[in-house]
Parts: sequence; structure tokens; C-alpha cells
Amino acid sequence: MAVMTYIDASRQAVAEEMRRDPMVWAVGEDLGRGGVFGQYKGLVDEFGPDRISDAPISESCIMGAAVGAAMTGTRPIVEMRFSDFALCAVDELVNQAAKARYMFGGQTRVPLVVREPIGMWRSSAAQHSQSLEAWYAHIPGLVVAVPSTPADNRALLKAAIRCDDPVVFMEHKNLWALGGDVPDGDDVAEFGKARAVREGKDLTIVSWSAAVHTATEAATTLAGEGIEAEVLDLRTLWPWDKDAVLASVERTGRLLVVQEAVSVAGFGAEVAATVAENLHPALKAPVKRLGAPRIPISYAPVLEDQVRITADAIAAAARGLVKT
Amino acid sequence: MAARAKSGTRRASAAKSGSKPKSPAAAKSRAPAKKSSRGSPATDFSQDQELEAYREMLLIRRFEEKAGQMYGMGLIGGFCHLYIGQEAVVVGMQMVAKDGDQVITGYRDHGHMLACGMDPKGVMAELTGRRGGYSKGKGGSMHMFSVEKGFFGGHGIVGGQVSLGTGLAFANKYRGNDNISFTYFGDGASNQGQVYESFNMAKLWKLPVIYVIENNKYGMGTSISRSSATTDLSHRGASFDIPGEQVDGMDVRAVHAAGDKAAAWCREGNGPYILEMLTYRYRGHSMSDPAKYRSKEEVQKMRQEHDPIEQVKARLLEAHATDEDALKDIDRKVRSIVNEAAEFAQTDPEPDPSELWTDILR
Ligand SMILES: Cc1ncc(C[n+]2csc(CCOP(=O)(O)OP(=O)(O)O)c2C)c(N)n1
Ligand SMILES: [Mg+2]
Repeated sequence: MAVMTYIDASRQAVAEEMRRDPMVWAVGEDLGRGGVFGQYKGLVDEFGPDRISDAPISESCIMGAAVGAAMTGTRPIVEMRFSDFALCAVDELVNQAAKARYMFGGQTRVPLVVREPIGMWRSSAAQHSQSLEAWYAHIPGLVVAVPSTPADNRALLKAAIRCDDPVVFMEHKNLWALGGDVPDGDDVAEFGKARAVREGKDLTIVSWSAAVHTATEAATTLAGEGIEAEVLDLRTLWPWDKDAVLASVERTGRLLVVQEAVSVAGFGAEVAATVAENLHPALKAPVKRLGAPRIPISYAPVLEDQVRITADAIAAAARGLVKT
Repeated sequence: MAARAKSGTRRASAAKSGSKPKSPAAAKSRAPAKKSSRGSPATDFSQDQELEAYREMLLIRRFEEKAGQMYGMGLIGGFCHLYIGQEAVVVGMQMVAKDGDQVITGYRDHGHMLACGMDPKGVMAELTGRRGGYSKGKGGSMHMFSVEKGFFGGHGIVGGQVSLGTGLAFANKYRGNDNISFTYFGDGASNQGQVYESFNMAKLWKLPVIYVIENNKYGMGTSISRSSATTDLSHRGASFDIPGEQVDGMDVRAVHAAGDKAAAWCREGNGPYILEMLTYRYRGHSMSDPAKYRSKEEVQKMRQEHDPIEQVKARLLEAHATDEDALKDIDRKVRSIVNEAAEFAQTDPEPDPSELWTDILR
């Protein structure tokens, strides 16, 4: 075990995978200087500018070129810096990368990792704050990873780089500095396996990305009141761990989904619907979702804060469920 | 919105200086990428215009200095990109604008807004996220708009404003007026695909748009030579037969002369025009950028030898058109406008929480 930050864990994953496999390379704006958040710091010194490649501001071509290069068997890591900017390259990702394997009858694969940091990051406003994970979960052919801890950032990123299908890898901007234990050695995650952050018998809280930490904080408060919440971190939204969620809710009889993203048509809706479809008789309360209202993110802190899901709001929702 | 500051002469003087459309040289030759304006500023820039430009540029400079200070004090948050060094570009261009013209740009937008005649109080209050800000505190530094002043934002996605600016020009043609869209973007943004889709459509449909490329030599930490296969951006419209010029963007006279010519070309119905403004930003890309990718000497040299405000000042003094005292007086007035804006931006209340639910289809 080593203690490291979320950002260092990702950097280590990239470095180790690049050492292991000469076909792995990274491309994006300002990568040579370490990337906009420092995720690639120092990597150009070890791997050179052909493998840590500085691109012009041309997201659609960066993505498209990476798809083409991936079709020949190289393994590009595309850095989009903000999931908001990746919208300039959605055609290349959704129409091309996601479809190629199936549409061409299995003749080609697109081993591509697209890093698209998500989330609110104090006062970044409407075009730099979005959490768009549900968009990609909706698209057949894409893997969607949403790590919440340093250990997962390393293990999931390694898995993403080794995956032969395109992976949309969504780190949360507010987690870069988060520290945590990271296992030594070649720790590679398995997609579609949730992590039980905390066990409990009274309700199941399902979450992912930064919201996992808020949910865990709420669960601690609830424990003080005698309510034991089980907290599950999905880690990947596709594939997602239905079995773990269904097994947990079957025991607790109550589901609360917590997401930072807009609740309407968010991934929480998929989780809630799946639970409702499968566990109707076992449910002691209606399924419940917490998420942002369907409003763009504001600049002013007083407005921005209003759309954040707080530990208090989660605890209140949990109390409401347990009472019923 | 706060009361409009006493800075309303720009449209009036812009109208005066918007000289009679002459047939630009490029119109005859149709040759793209002429460089006639570079280093040969028009001689018909009057001393009144020099004074006007001086005042406008100084307002932007002082406003940005104050914004930088307030950011350092934690009164402004998020992203904040200062325009210091580039003042001559938007000021010179606005001197050829007339009522009804539109301006659109990216996130480095404070200078554009002030030059459009937007109220410094409303801009500063948006920076501090207050209810008197142009976007009621919802947008912040990168996202402001003014229908009244023809300012169409304030956009955070690099290059995103270029096709929108093309559409502003489309609307002018559609309405049959002789207004122009001034569409600003950076050297970095000039590598986005929609720029070329815009060029083609604008030329095909003869849309009245001036693409003003503010080449400050860096897109964040990447110098233009590291991001661009060809670095003379005035040529970027060549394959669409759009005339283009490289302009000394540190000299407001050169900017004005080139803008005048381009505006005449557009208003006469000839379609788009490209002006590549060679300029420089003195500060980092944003408030969080220590700008380690360039030398202190490089910045110093620009400031000392090419500063747009110092150039005007030196000419005015040399021509005895004014004296130090008069210029100091202008500075005092500008500072008081800026101080008033800063004061307002700190005392104006934060948005009411209920504002969250306005301006959105529910
Ligand atoms: C689509 C998109 N890609 C990347 C960014 C991040 N970004 C913001 S500003 C910038 C540099 C733009 O440089 P330039 O066009 O030269 O304008 P300048 O900042 O120099 O005024 C970058 C890469 C963004 N906001 N949007
Ligand atoms: Mg630039």
C-alpha cells in the first residue's frame, strides 16, 4: 500500500501502462506541460513528445485521429480536459468509435480511452461544470468509468487502457487532491464490479464519482441516529453492477440513488428503474433519486451551491425512506 | 442593472470616424492575405481619435488591473482571463463600428464589453457574481451579453463563437441592413474545424462578417509555432478567396485603418474579411497561469517597445496635442469609473436564491 492522491494515481497508471505496452500513447492539448490539471506532469520527459503528444485545439480531429489510430491497434489515451469540451468531438466518439466494432461485423476494434473530467469545480460556470456520464452510458459500444478514489483511479485507468473497446473515463475535477491508500503492484480493476463502501441493513445508497464521498458522510451521520445505510460505489456505469445493487436492496428494502448530475434522465433513473422492475415486492419504500435540477450550473456561489447534493440532503432523504 | 457610466461617446465617435466606404485595394485585386496595414498605419487618424482611443484603452487597462487585484483578494472566482496588452485591437475596431453591428468573442471578453459601451459596473458585478451583473451572477467572467450594446457573448468553448458570429452576419444579410458581425477569436481557436466551415459558408453566402483573429502568440501555454502548421493566420481564408491582412494589433491606428477598410468591404456586400491582429497578452492565460512557457524578457520587450497605450501617449505629447496634466486628468477619471465599478461590485447583493429557477424552460 502507498498513500497517494487521485491525480498521482492516474499519472502512475498511465506511466506504468506506457512502460508495459509501447502501443500506448496519449494525445491532447498542453500535455507536454503536464496537462491542464497536471495529470501528465513529467511524462513527456520519460516517454518523449511522440507518445505524450501536444495537440492543437482541435477536439474533433484529436478524437477522430485517435479512433483511426486505434483501429490499427495502437492504444491512444485522448485527453479532453473537461467533459464540456469533449462535446466538440461527440460524432467521432459516438458515431465512429462506439459503432465500429459491431457495425463492421467485428473486423475492427477501437481500443481508445477518452479522459473527460466532470463535475462542479468552484465557480466554473455553465460550460465547465457538467457531469455528462449518462450521455455515454446511453450509447451501445462504450464503457463508462467514474472513479471516486485514488485506488480506483489507478486500477480503473489501467483496465481502461487494456480494454479493447472505447472507454469514456470520467474523473471528477474536485477529487484531484484527494489522498488515499493505493495497492502496490499491478492492480487492474474489473469493470462492472461495485464497491461496498459501507455495509448497512436499513437502506442502500447507490452512488458514483465524487458523490460517493458525500453519501458516505451522510451515512456516518445516519449511523449516529441508529440508521445503518449501505453505500455502494458503482465505479463503472457501463457495465454496471446490477447484481450487487439488487442483492443489497433485496436485503435493505430501500434504495436511494445519489448523483451530482442532473437527475432528469440521469444514470440514477436507470438504477431506480432496474430496482423497481426487479424488486417490487421486496421494497419497503418507493425508490428515490437525488440529483441536480435541470438547470445549467451558475457562476455565483449562492446559486452554484443550491444545486449541489449535500450530506444533509442525503441524510434527510434517507430518514424519509426509513420512516415509510 | 446599474446606471450606465459616463462613457457613452464611443458609438458617437465611432459613427464620426466610420469614414466613407472607399474601395479597398483588396476589393480590386481580390487577392487574399494582403499585408498593407502592417507597419503603415493610416495617417488620417485624428488627434481627437487618438485621445478617444487613449481613454478607451486606459479604461480597459485599469479595469483589468482592478479585476486582477480583486481576483487576488478572493472577490472574483472561477476562470478570469485578462485582456491587458491587447487593448488596441478591440478599441480600434469599435471605432469603425456603427449602431446595429454585433460583437461576439470568447472568454477573454472584458475589453470587448467595455469597448462596446457596456457599463463597467455591470461587468465588474458579474465578475463578483452579484445581482447587478450583466448575467445576474449566473455567468461570471466568461459569460456576459448585452442586447442593447450588440454584444453577443462571452463564450467558454474555444472556437464556439465563430459559427455563431457567422450566423449574426447571416441575420444582417437576411434583414437587408448594412450591419457587420465582428467575430473575434484567438490564434489557438483558429485551429478549430468550425472556423473553416464558417469561412466557407460566409464566403459562399457573402455574409458581412469580419473575422478578427487576435493572435497573441499563445493558446494557453502553447506557442503558435507549436500548434499551427502555418503561422500567418491572415492566409487562412485563402482557399475560400477571403481577403486577409496581418495588422500591427499593438498600434490602434493600424487597427483602425484595417478595420475601416474591412468594414467598407463587408458593408458593400462583398462578403467576409479576415484581420489577423498581431498582439500580445501581458498576463498569464488566466489568473491561475504563472506563464512559465515564455521568458520575462519577451514580455518586458513587448511592454516597453510596443505598449498600445504608451504609443498613443507618446504621439499625443510629441505633437503637443495635449500635455501630461490633461492625460493625468483622463487617468483620474478612468480610475474613478473603475473604482466606482469595483465598489458597486462589492456592495451589490448576491443573487436571490430564487434566481436559480429563472431564465429556464421548466
Ligand atoms: C473546445 C475547448 N477546448 C479547450 C479549451 C480550453 N482552453 C481555454 S482557452 C484555451 C486557449 C485558447 O487560445 P487562443 O484561441 O489563442 O485565445 P487566447 O486565450 O490567447 O485569447 C484553451 C485551450 C476550451 N475552453 N474549449
Ligand atoms: Mg492566443
